[in-house]
Amino acid sequence: MAIFGKKYFKVELERLERKDDETLWMKCKACGELVFKKRVRENNNICPKCGEYFFLTAPERIELLVDPGSFEDISRPIVAADPLQFIDEDGKPYSEKVKKAQEETGLANEIIIGRARIGGYPVILAVMDFRFIGGSMGSVMGEQICQAIQYAVQERAALVLISATGGARMQEGILSLMQMAKTSAARKRLEDAKLPFISIMTYPTTAGVEASIASLGDITLAEKGALIGFTGRRVIKQTIRQELPEDFQTDRFAFEHGIVDNVVKREQLRDELIKILRLFAPLLAHSSAVAGEAHQREAIV
Amino acid sequence: MIYEELQRQIEQLRALSRNGVDLSEEIARLEAKLAALKRQTATPAPSPAPSPELDDWERVKLARHPKRPYALDYIQALTEDFYELHGDRLYGDDAAVVAGIARFDGQTVVIVGTQKGRDATENVRRNFGMPHPEGYRKALRVMKLGERFGFPILTLIDTPGAYPGVGAEERNIGGALAQNIYELFNLKVPIIATIIGEGGSGGAIALAIGDRVLMLENAIYSVITPEGCAAILFRDASKAPEAARALKLTAPHLLRLGVIDEIVPEPPGGAHLDPEMALCALKSAWQRHLREVLALPVDVLQKQRREKFHKMGLYEEITESSFS
Ligand SMILES: [Zn+2]
Repeated sequence: MAIFGKKYFKVELERLERKDDETLWMKCKACGELVFKKRVRENNNICPKCGEYFFLTAPERIELLVDPGSFEDISRPIVAADPLQFIDEDGKPYSEKVKKAQEETGLANEIIIGRARIGGYPVILAVMDFRFIGGSMGSVMGEQICQAIQYAVQERAALVLISATGGARMQEGILSLMQMAKTSAARKRLEDAKLPFISIMTYPTTAGVEASIASLGDITLAEKGALIGFTGRRVIKQTIRQELPEDFQTDRFAFEHGIVDNVVKREQLRDELIKILRLFAPLLAHSSAVAGEAHQREAIV
Repeated sequence: MIYEELQRQIEQLRALSRNGVDLSEEIARLEAKLAALKRQTATPAPSPAPSPELDDWERVKLARHPKRPYALDYIQALTEDFYELHGDRLYGDDAAVVAGIARFDGQTVVIVGTQKGRDATENVRRNFGMPHPEGYRKALRVMKLGERFGFPILTLIDTPGAYPGVGAEERNIGGALAQNIYELFNLKVPIIATIIGEGGSGGAIALAIGDRVLMLENAIYSVITPEGCAAILFRDASKAPEAARALKLTAPHLLRLGVIDEIVPEPPGGAHLDPEMALCALKSAWQRHLREVLALPVDVLQKQRREKFHKMGLYEEITESSFS
């Protein structure tokens, strides 16, 4: 689940630790009500009182979408290096920042690659975790996404990418920028193999990731409440010195401007994915019994 | 550098041959070239020595120098019969991007570049070299035109970045950049990208996927501007010089990181002091690289283009172990 020393542990949903589980109650930042945390969890991390979406970690997101017991972490055992010997404002090296993120999240990296079934259909998941240095894309994320694509091709599974990211990772400089190229180049393999790539944009999906792999889906969904855009609001405001439209870069904005196919509520994401996957079923490897007889036709190779 | 490149190409061709493709001629040709090169360079070739005394921040200032040659200066000086094409056929024409067909070294080529303005009026029109989505879509349209006719593509990159504005976001700038990056990998003609000034983040890489990525000695290429990096990481935009050093955004650093293929030398003090020399240096680099890439079969070229970028990045391997 994390790396301790030089060991790399995989995420196991059954063993999910939740740091904040010591407290039973939490206060909703939207409605201010005190809500029972267990109820929030059972409700897909949505406030039972007002419907506000609370932040989802990558493992929580996976848990929400996959068929129970079907998930297997197949991330490559790699972690961030420090190619630039980058030192932050407080004199801390990048490598320490990474270590701190690992300790705080219990994850090795900002992205988890997994094999799973959704509604019985085979998928390869690539899920970002915003807690881990803003879910930013450096060399590790680039490599993991390429691996995910490779697995999808090998196993004839659909690729489902779930973005929660502020963009490229500044601390890896130009090599982060190059991951936009690396991932976009790899995406072609899915096209050649006639495998569907479903990109789900959540809060936030911006900058270098939005301007590369996340925008290359066959089908692009925005989770309700998503933030989608290339340049951050603050930078745009500083540049144009004007107030921005209220709905700027929101899910609705993205939909109205033709950037996403649909906006989907969190609690409906799994069903939405199943709906989509069903249409691609003949192209996917044998789906498990859960998917029903209709989709047991042979896979097209 | 060129040795290794040749060796690599030969190995790749050999690997391809094993899959049943006959490339023996191509391999023999490259091997002869390699042997000749080894004889030639028994004494080390005088490689352009990038002035190591120049500080990274000095180079940032040179890259942004208002008198520096811009894309159209190179196009006008190095090509003949440049015929500019306009519009993305979807929304409009973006003057921050110039695109057209020209003749270079006796060969018809497609040229695409980001263009800054020389004075205030031109800069308003050119939007300081910061393209909107229609600029990138025009670039892609013209590059695809080149692909249709088998014209190689030369790109010139000199932009602070894609324009940070409301219209750009409304018209899906991120999607336009992504599409360009994706499509550039699939183009069936050689592409040589050259960073001539500022290579600003996503707005730069969307034109900088190539079989060769060249960079002028005092150009910069970065994931974020030094000012932006300073504001976010150091919480102080005035720390841009420190950020510039931390980002390793100059040509010598990028060559070491394996992101660019070659540094094109500039006259001492920067390209603006002796534009003639800078133009000549780029011309001979283009000639040399074009000859090399034009000699390769398209499928090999595309494969190498992908592999080149696939190798970029650095991470640590960890021994795997899981709970049981
Ligand atoms: Zn609430």
